Amino acid sequence: MNCKIPNGIDMSQQASWCPGCGHGIIVRLLAEAAQELGIDDRMIMVEDVACGEFAQFALKYNTIMGAHGRPIVTAAGIKRVRPDAIVVAHPGDGSAYSIGVESTLHCALRNENILALVVNNSVFGMTGGQMSPTSLVDMKTTSSPHGRSIKKDGSPIDVTKILGQLDIAYLARGSLDSPANVIRTGKMIKKALQKQMNGEGFCLVEVLSPCPTNWNMTPVDALEFIKKKQSVTYPTGEFIDKGGAI
Amino acid sequence: MTKVLMKGNEAFAEACLRAGCRFFSGYPITPQTEILEYMSWRMEEVGGQFIQTESELAGINMVFGAACGGARALTTSSGPGFSLKQEGISYLCSSDIPAVIADVMRIGSGLGDIFQGQGDYWQLTRGGGHGDYHTIVLAPASVQENADLAYISFDLAEKYRHPVLVASDAAIGQMVEPVELPEMKEHDINQYDWVIRPRQKDEKQRIVWNRYWDIGAEEYVSYLRNKYAQIEANEQRWEAVRTEDAEIVLVAYGISSRVAKASVAMARKEGIRLGLIRPITLWPFPKKAFEALGSQVKAFLDVEMSILGQMTDDVVLACGNSRPVEYYGEFSNVPEEKKILSKVREMLEKY
Amino acid sequence: MSKISVDYKRCKGCFLCVSVCPKNALTPSKELGAKGYEIVHLDGEKCIGCGSCYRMCPDYCIEITD
Repeated sequence: MNCKIPNGIDMSQQASWCPGCGHGIIVRLLAEAAQELGIDDRMIMVEDVACGEFAQFALKYNTIMGAHGRPIVTAAGIKRVRPDAIVVAHPGDGSAYSIGVESTLHCALRNENILALVVNNSVFGMTGGQMSPTSLVDMKTTSSPHGRSIKKDGSPIDVTKILGQLDIAYLARGSLDSPANVIRTGKMIKKALQKQMNGEGFCLVEVLSPCPTNWNMTPVDALEFIKKKQSVTYPTGEFIDKGGAI
Repeated sequence: MTKVLMKGNEAFAEACLRAGCRFFSGYPITPQTEILEYMSWRMEEVGGQFIQTESELAGINMVFGAACGGARALTTSSGPGFSLKQEGISYLCSSDIPAVIADVMRIGSGLGDIFQGQGDYWQLTRGGGHGDYHTIVLAPASVQENADLAYISFDLAEKYRHPVLVASDAAIGQMVEPVELPEMKEHDINQYDWVIRPRQKDEKQRIVWNRYWDIGAEEYVSYLRNKYAQIEANEQRWEAVRTEDAEIVLVAYGISSRVAKASVAMARKEGIRLGLIRPITLWPFPKKAFEALGSQVKAFLDVEMSILGQMTDDVVLACGNSRPVEYYGEFSNVPEEKKILSKVREMLEKY
Repeated sequence: MSKISVDYKRCKGCFLCVSVCPKNALTPSKELGAKGYEIVHLDGEKCIGCGSCYRMCPDYCIEITD
């Protein structure tokens, strides 16, 4: 077994996330996939305003820091003028499914040839763990202290039900709750990048990711929460795979 | 050079393309929509990208991405839609990214209405979005000038790595006049060392973000003050009409300035020494035009299509509060020469 | 024979690696690292080089080479 930190990771800096946060794993998976595909130099990241933006310190790739909720549409903008670049928008679930949901939907409808790599930790992490569009029913957050109520707060959003019938290149959901699922998620990310290289169109990979700090859990308990709760509401797997040449 | 008959909005769009603009993303709103419609077929002809976006927010944030990629990128809107652009304009400013945004002004706050107006003056000149910033604001007064200012707007934006706003209005945008179009130019998207692109050999990592993260808060303060001071020193543009001996000086821009100019001619026939300063840049406001005036000037009359006389503040500041400043404002109509002249006569008696 | 290395300076003591190690080669050390977190302890003898710890580490502390 050869497990080497991929070249895209900037090892001169400490990863900036909280202990046990999934962001660091996701960023590494992206860098592994890019290295395997030989596209490190072509990568352009479009970051969101929130915990994910620390990727700009963790990664060596050229990066645009977008506005909150806009990385997907900003990514589509640069991809249109830089078709040789491999462009990855890196929003959280609050960005992609709440404030930016119109652009998530319409970039999918236009089949923009980008990867939306959505980190789903079911909270607004950077602001301190408020209820997000993917917070689970009964989940206690700092803005749903008695638990998320469907009556009061509305239902959680499952992106596979929103985009599941659209003519896009790829839609998948991975999880970080075990080494096996981390490997599986890495394959999804790599497949999506390959599809962008093929020019197949819009790819969205959502990753169920632990937020121990805002879930008030140890990192290890947070993995259990993903396994027993989060991935029950949000099943993992490949939902759309246009089947272009990989 | 031959002239063609064109609508203001279409002349603007064509001149942007001829300046090398190869990216447009926007959303329909009256009275701006002809720009979007024109771009929808013409952009393809010149090999650029046209996207009718899901909203104005998407339009400006897509422009942000395209402009980071080095393209000459444009979005346009009006009134309510222009308010939605403010988020992205603030980001362009904070990140030092050049782009061009047109506001084809209509009247009113909220929905208002679709008629010509100049009520976005404060929003255009004071920043409009959050944080410390100004944008360069160009105010065309004819179809020809709409094309001419569009043509230079991208150069200005890139010179200062800063967004440029072109503020026309429903009248300028909708009217048809003869126009001489500029030459077609191609823009090299790799021209600048800050553009985000696939990394070339031995190239360092490039990040576009809040500029102050690069240089630290302290240096950012002086950097930003210096940037705006440079723009103020270099980019004030105006037209002065008969100001050399004027006792009353009108101050008007855009469509209002055309009426004001006609009033000057009428006044002169009556022996009234009336002049006009027409700001072509609303920011930086042409203070130099006021500094050049002689001591014979008794007062200023601001003529504009806003209820509250939004430009009055700038006239007071530009003349150092040295003379009285009054205003004549219209809402849904363009100002009238007769009303300007009766106001001028009143002022001559008063001052 | 695989060789595991741990960069203790980067460790934030999340112990995701500990939770997935099938051989208990990684355990909490009860020692604080430079950042003030309790860091992980490695018993290299027990490591079979499965790579699970590498995959779960969010802080790029662990590498395994053949």
